[in-house]
Amino acid sequence: MKQLKAFGAFWYDFIVGDDWHVAALVVAGLALTAILAHAAQVNAWWLLPVFVFAALAWSLHRATAKK
Amino acid sequence: MNALPLILTVFIACVVEAVEALTIVLAAGLTREWRSTFQGMAAALVALAVITAAVGPAINDLPLTALRVAVGALLAIFGLQWLRKAVLRATGYKALHDEASAYLREVTAAEAATKQAKRGVSDWYSFTLAFKGVLLEGLEVVFIVITFGDNQKNIGAAVIGAAAAIIVVTIVGIAVRAPLTKVPENWMKLVVGVMLTSFGTFWGAEGAGARWPGNDGALLVLIPVVAAVAAASIAWLRSRQAAVTVSARPSEVVSS
Repeated sequence: MKQLKAFGAFWYDFIVGDDWHVAALVVAGLALTAILAHAAQVNAWWLLPVFVFAALAWSLHRATAKK
Repeated sequence: MNALPLILTVFIACVVEAVEALTIVLAAGLTREWRSTFQGMAAALVALAVITAAVGPAINDLPLTALRVAVGALLAIFGLQWLRKAVLRATGYKALHDEASAYLREVTAAEAATKQAKRGVSDWYSFTLAFKGVLLEGLEVVFIVITFGDNQKNIGAAVIGAAAAIIVVTIVGIAVRAPLTKVPENWMKLVVGVMLTSFGTFWGAEGAGARWPGNDGALLVLIPVVAAVAAASIAWLRSRQAAVTVSARPSEVVSS
């Protein structure tokens, strides 16, 4: 069990890293792009970059706000 | 797409990883024992080969759309992690990644550890230190090679970029026999962060069903835009830091 937890923690740290909000925003941006493209026939190529830049700004703000 | 940008991107990313692995291997080998260090490296390379053999064909079997969404998401998340760290380091909010101090930390820990023989290895500490270092940095190399190579349908070019990086760092490391402190690692990480984020965003959106204006040509706009956002983030944090310093001065005067 301990080794399984360590294995999970390793992959979480490897993929998600220090701030899970970044991963959550990227996944949300991809999901919205897919919904707009397939359900509403909107070519939302611009949406993911907006989410990516917002994730970077939000993460940097969170990391530096208290310092 | 021309193979050169692919080779260069993978090369730069893998140089950063190889330099970090070299620092750990040198710390283990020079302060403790080379034989166990090489055994640790060899074990890590075998583990990496097994992981690559297992993951590689599985990725190849995925439909291109699913592959692009998954790889795009992973690359964008990975790239943003690198960008975040590089911006925080460039603005002083995070200590610069210094190979000399990283080497010193590993050497201090290696010198303090007791020597213990285990499972046919004469120095278990050197073995595990080298194994973990090479496996962790190697995993990032494998991840970059598979994702970039598979998406561009040019695994060969990605392997050339990675192999060149590992060979160059190994040759320089053998010649210098010290951590490669002159490599501008933080700036290289910023460049790699820009590339990973750009490619991840491009492939992710495409896999999700969006069509980029200009198709692959959109990358030529996306990469400079991501770089400009990173530069603007550095300027923003620096101006914020300056504002905090200025606002802190009057109270210092009053208190003195």
